[in-house]
Amino acid sequence: MQLVLEKRAERSNTIALVSPLIAIGLTVVTMSILFAILGKNPVSALIVYFIDPLTDAYSLQEIAVKASPLVMIAIGLSLCYLANAWNIGAEGQFLIGAVAGSWLAVKTQGTDAGLWVLPAMLLLGAAAGALYALIPAICKVRFGASEILTSLMLVYVADLLLDYLVRGPWRDPAGFNFPTTAEFDPVATVPVLIEGGRLHLGAVITLLVVAAAAVLLGRTIKGFEIRVVGAAPRAARFGGFNANQLTLLTFAVSGALAGLAGIIEVAGPVGHLQPGISPGYGFTAIIVAFLGRLNPIGILIAGLFLALTFIGGEQAQIAMKIPLDVTKVFQGILLFYVLACDSLILYRFRLIFASRQVSSGTG
Amino acid sequence: MLNSTPDLHSSETPLLQTVGLTKRYGDFLANDRVDIEIWPRQIHALLGENGAGKSTLVKTIYGLIQPSEGEMLWHGERMVLSGPSEARSRGIGMVFQHFSLFDNLTVAENVALGLDGKETFKDMSARLEQVSNVYGLPLDPKREVWQLSVGERQRIEIVRALMQHPKFLILDEPTAVLTPQEADQLFIVLDRLKTEGRAILYISHKLEEVKRLCDTATILRLGKKVATCNPKAETASSLARMMVGTEIKEVRAGAERKITVPRLVVNDLSLEPDDPHGVRLQHISLELRGGEILGIAGVAGNGQDELFAALSGERLSQDPGTVVIEGIAAGQLSITQRRKLGAAFVPEERLGHGTAPRMKLSENALLTGHAASGMVQHGFINTTATLRAVDRATEAFDVRKAKRDPEAASLSGGNLQKFIVGREILRNPAVLVVSQPTWGVDAGAAAVIRQAVLDLAAAGAAVLVTSQDLDELAEITDRIAVMFHGRLSQPLATSEASREKLGLLMGGSSLEKDAAHAVGA
Repeated sequence: MQLVLEKRAERSNTIALVSPLIAIGLTVVTMSILFAILGKNPVSALIVYFIDPLTDAYSLQEIAVKASPLVMIAIGLSLCYLANAWNIGAEGQFLIGAVAGSWLAVKTQGTDAGLWVLPAMLLLGAAAGALYALIPAICKVRFGASEILTSLMLVYVADLLLDYLVRGPWRDPAGFNFPTTAEFDPVATVPVLIEGGRLHLGAVITLLVVAAAAVLLGRTIKGFEIRVVGAAPRAARFGGFNANQLTLLTFAVSGALAGLAGIIEVAGPVGHLQPGISPGYGFTAIIVAFLGRLNPIGILIAGLFLALTFIGGEQAQIAMKIPLDVTKVFQGILLFYVLACDSLILYRFRLIFASRQVSSGTG
Repeated sequence: MLNSTPDLHSSETPLLQTVGLTKRYGDFLANDRVDIEIWPRQIHALLGENGAGKSTLVKTIYGLIQPSEGEMLWHGERMVLSGPSEARSRGIGMVFQHFSLFDNLTVAENVALGLDGKETFKDMSARLEQVSNVYGLPLDPKREVWQLSVGERQRIEIVRALMQHPKFLILDEPTAVLTPQEADQLFIVLDRLKTEGRAILYISHKLEEVKRLCDTATILRLGKKVATCNPKAETASSLARMMVGTEIKEVRAGAERKITVPRLVVNDLSLEPDDPHGVRLQHISLELRGGEILGIAGVAGNGQDELFAALSGERLSQDPGTVVIEGIAAGQLSITQRRKLGAAFVPEERLGHGTAPRMKLSENALLTGHAASGMVQHGFINTTATLRAVDRATEAFDVRKAKRDPEAASLSGGNLQKFIVGREILRNPAVLVVSQPTWGVDAGAAAVIRQAVLDLAAAGAAVLVTSQDLDELAEITDRIAVMFHGRLSQPLATSEASREKLGLLMGGSSLEKDAAHAVGA
């Protein structure tokens, strides 16, 4: 008897839907073992992680706040990945977007600038993210440099630039030497949706981005180009589609979305520019993109789920003294299982019994 | 040797026997209770349309696939193969249609990688030279594979198989990539292997070749064995009838075609390859008028792919005037712009080039149809129009598929090729450039495709057909030119282009001189 992987004649749409669930199931099992090794009761740990955040209104709102940037970044990344362009540097584009938008907030601070400030900040954030993402894209198209490496390396450049600005020129003079800008003016702040709540306009923008991506990929020729360039590059060239142009385009769009997410985060929940504005959104969004099957609706669901792990991780740290890094372990294991389960879309397991019928037990 | 039919062996046991061999993929029976007997000193042909189950059967015999039911007897004893290396150790060798060679390694290194033995590299190289000399398959062990012709590469595969002393050798479409002369040399080798007492299983589409070479033929249709016969006693059309199950329609040349204005002109086209192992196109010129079909013969890898890319616009030329479509200098135009001028293209590779394998047929209709034909409005895809294009191609070209809009990869080779050809022809092109139109396609589909090409020319289009199948070119073209090392010979009128003349040109002789003169000499 042997177990073989067999290619399917046609991709299985059922498995394409079910595979993330299998992956989540396997991750939960693995995490239970890990919790047991850490000496925690797996059942209560899982309850704190996954159930408790869903039971009170504050946590639910917090999940949406955390999911918003994740989903927005992951939508952009999914366009890249579909087109076979590997943008790993969304974290850097997120930070640069935050920096560029904050520049305007800092410059207009205390002036009587009007309502145009926030829209201009959002535009600046998106534009800066796009330009920053174009650096690795141009290096790839012109010189053949691996965009995986260059986009990743630029994350650290962005990180240090932000660090320099908030410790140097942009530091709040009244901030007791903390590395942070002053609190943004109300015109430079993303309004909240419900008075006194944390859920802000960014969540609405994210939903619009999801809808736009769904239309782009499902209905337009540009979306078709993106999919075909990634799925069959030679056929795409035969179809008259230019892979280099699409690399530039998808990098620019994903950079813009990451930058937009960055400035919304700073001008929204955080309220000022400081180091550590991102708990790794740009990297977690990679997991969101794949867990969501590179599909806009899937990404929305996956983003909410990953946000749940952030909130659950914080609560587990408080309630059960489980280290916060366990959340990162969890996310890594999840990505691993998602990618592994994806092979089941094109392949299937099959038990092969040797044609010899074994009559006696083999022991 | 000529009389060696199976009944002469009735007193002995066959070398290999399959009994009720069945391979099931889900509900699909790729092989359905196939019984076949392989005898020593015989060349046994395995015939069948694409998708008839030939590959599945030989892969099972070679240990690559485990049968679902049935068994194999080797020297009369049950044999269960764990994999190809066990098959090789028992004396079963196989030469695949698609070579598994590393371009940047030498001949000897490639052979060493394929052998299971423990001998030193030096001993192995010596044995390689010896085997290749004994069988008249000359090879230089130190040359790197990328420098070799396709025929030479096949020699590596054959020598590698022979170095393992096979009692039984399987060859999958070995002559598909050879010139007629190279094929003749191969037949000499095969005859010699036969007289040495080995058995050969020979898969081919070329029925004349099978009649000439093989002692026995087993014919598969839809996974079942339909007959075992002596091919020498059959005619090509009776063999084809058994393969297809019905009479093959002969293509009709139709009424005299009217030759009109030049529709595709190539002027002194030279192009450096974009990949270091590619072929440089050198001074290619041709003129193709409406109503005319020009064939390009040649061994694969002599610049046909590069020429296709230059004509289609997948690669642009420096000088716009080198490619002229419908009177417009198109050398710098993209493939989409060339399509808008009325050109259509069918590449050799169906999956991955002509279509995106994992996308639906409607999306693959959009792939080449997006420039024209109302499939895109204001950037939005008109799904109704793309589905209608699939339906039209399905109806006009009898594309068989499980549902209305399946993935391209789920169609059989012949049906997918009919879809691709249909997709292009239904756009009513003024110029059609088609590469290997019936490569690996069953006889029924091939007839449909050739007929469609003839009808298109009769309707006034100019057609350029690249093919390695000389019979095909003889059947449908008006003139034939030959590609060799990136150059194109003067075209010969098809009626005057004998296999010998074409074979010489394909081997590179007399190409520098004017081929038309060589014909007169």
